[in-house]
Amino acid sequence: MKLSICWLYGSSMNIYGDRGNVLALAQRCRWRGIEAEIVQSGLGDVIDSGRFDIFFWGGGQDREQINVSADVQGVKGETLRAEIDDGAALLSVCGGYQLLGHYYRPSDGDDLPGIGVFDAWTVAGNERFIGNIVVESTEFGELVGFENHSGLTHLGASAEPLGTVRVGRGNNGTDGTEGCRYRNAVGCYMHGALLPKNPVLSDFLILAALRRRYGIDGLPQLDDALEVVAHSTAVQRALVRR
Amino acid sequence: MSTASRFDVRLVAGVAAGKLSGQAIRLLGRGGGTAAPGLIANLIEPNILDKITGKVRGGRIVVAGTNGKTTTSRMLANILDAADLQVIHNRSGSNLVRGISAAFAAQSSWTGLPRGDIAVIESDEAAFPDIVRRVNPRLILLLNLFRDQLDRYGELDTIARHWRETFETLRPDQTLLVNGDDPALVAITEDLPAQRMLFGIKESRYLLPELPHAVDSALCRRCGAPLRYTQLFLSHLGEYVCDNCGFHRPGLDFAASDITLHGLDSVSLKLVHAEDVIDFSVAIPGLYNAYNAVAAASAALTIGVAPRLVTKTLGAFRSAFGRIERLSYRGRELVIVLIKNPVGFDEVLRMLAVGGLREPTLIVINDLDADGRDVSWLWDVNVEQLADGSSALYTSGLRGPDMAVRLKYAGIASERIHPLGDLPASFDQFVDAIPAGTTGYILPTYTAMLQLRQMLVQRGTVAAFWEQ
Repeated sequence: MKLSICWLYGSSMNIYGDRGNVLALAQRCRWRGIEAEIVQSGLGDVIDSGRFDIFFWGGGQDREQINVSADVQGVKGETLRAEIDDGAALLSVCGGYQLLGHYYRPSDGDDLPGIGVFDAWTVAGNERFIGNIVVESTEFGELVGFENHSGLTHLGASAEPLGTVRVGRGNNGTDGTEGCRYRNAVGCYMHGALLPKNPVLSDFLILAALRRRYGIDGLPQLDDALEVVAHSTAVQRALVRR
Repeated sequence: MSTASRFDVRLVAGVAAGKLSGQAIRLLGRGGGTAAPGLIANLIEPNILDKITGKVRGGRIVVAGTNGKTTTSRMLANILDAADLQVIHNRSGSNLVRGISAAFAAQSSWTGLPRGDIAVIESDEAAFPDIVRRVNPRLILLLNLFRDQLDRYGELDTIARHWRETFETLRPDQTLLVNGDDPALVAITEDLPAQRMLFGIKESRYLLPELPHAVDSALCRRCGAPLRYTQLFLSHLGEYVCDNCGFHRPGLDFAASDITLHGLDSVSLKLVHAEDVIDFSVAIPGLYNAYNAVAAASAALTIGVAPRLVTKTLGAFRSAFGRIERLSYRGRELVIVLIKNPVGFDEVLRMLAVGGLREPTLIVINDLDADGRDVSWLWDVNVEQLADGSSALYTSGLRGPDMAVRLKYAGIASERIHPLGDLPASFDQFVDAIPAGTTGYILPTYTAMLQLRQMLVQRGTVAAFWEQ
């Protein structure tokens, strides 16, 4: 069995250790005897329908976001939207999360259009939200990471948040929500990297991918002793100091 | 202006406060007393740094960059010292306005007259614009711009932008000495009234096959297209060209070649400047230290120091506090190497992994302000380099568990990963695990290194750092 992981814009949008998410997915597959390939898909590359099982789209610097926003419009964005509607698994963090919404509005200049997978939009803010973040989610339990963003994301009426903020600022620092969920797609502002310390979320994405491609409904448990300790240590650190 | 004709009360009070509080802090045994005195001095006289440094007649040299500031500043200070100049230098790596003010207060008379002919000032990246404005340097040495402590600085582009704004205010009698192998630095120092000279590596047999993961300047700053490297030395440093707009590494005024890395011991190279060819070696390892040595040598030559003094001083150079320390302890040899950011950690692992790492290694990760509070950076480090070795790897520190997870996902066998509790107990457990008579490596982040140092000082093993 094999799963294909598509790392969207990995060469230009890859700050804050987001690579750890791709690693976590690949290793957790391999440790279960599932072959995992990681494919970089960048500016100008085509996304073939049905080719990929899990997408990861990370954060980048502002000037790279402009190029990416333009690149993902048109057929590419439509394909990605269709894949997600078809149940493809996806994790997006920071810049990727923002471009999966309707638009990103910078402090000056034109709006950067997103692809509207999440009913959300982001506006550049004046303050940078930097610090440990702990989020309670009904599906995945307690999630822990580190946020670093000045974009303020607002969720529309039909949007489901990833969870509520217990420590930190989250989507916009005001409504207590963090991230967004749509079918098997997750968007959020959590670095850390996110997946290594939050194996429940990794396994959710892998299982969704296996179900879609192979009709499999269960995943063997892994020994997550180290991840559990890292998770609780990170939460303790967040409680001591945001 | 003699002290009799003009008495600047605030300046004197500021200097006095700085000196006294520094001495008090050291007497009370509460650390090196390098930053708090500066804070106090600046409260009394906000322009203390401007005033004292303005009187340093040989001028000021500011050293900035993500990696290598402390090592390069020390090398440069040592060379200038060998040239019989009295050097004022903010040692001990305290490189914000307050730390620099403290150093100057300590190295000036009670009336604020600096006891020095020339100043070497190591500057933090964010404080750089303020420092340049206050000290009016004759020479600014720019080493590199790497991803570092993202939570403190936000984005790299912001730093670059603030630096560029600062450069635009410089005059033609001021000189920028820039690492030409760094495309970001070259781009932000183009077309300025100030003079610019470039140093770099002309050629090396130690080439990276491709851009490592933790790279942030691979795009052309003029047009946004990806840069192509004809030679890639370290992270994003090398010989580059943009096929889209033609931006490329300009000619080097100071060009290094014939670089030889002697493992963990030293680096030797040849530096060419105009008609001078200078051979030297320096007893600290790795390509990143080759860059530091080239930077320091180039700056010294620019000031007019004789080449033979450069060679002699660098040959005698020993590593700055905490960067690499070797010591014997309980019958073992311990080698302590500071890790601060993805590039630095990558290079340390690269040096250790050459030939396969066999020695037990303890990695201590803290997440206090000075370490960087966001440990995401560990995922930008090529820890996978350790997967082939056989060494036992121990983790400790406030975020030791994150490092243990990093090791696991790097494909390192679980039998090799040993999570320990925090310092100081973990240090002793680690030393116990090193077979007697052999070597162990310790890789701490900044505050973990300070903790280790303090422990070792208390046990009588090493002199207090501020005595060096």
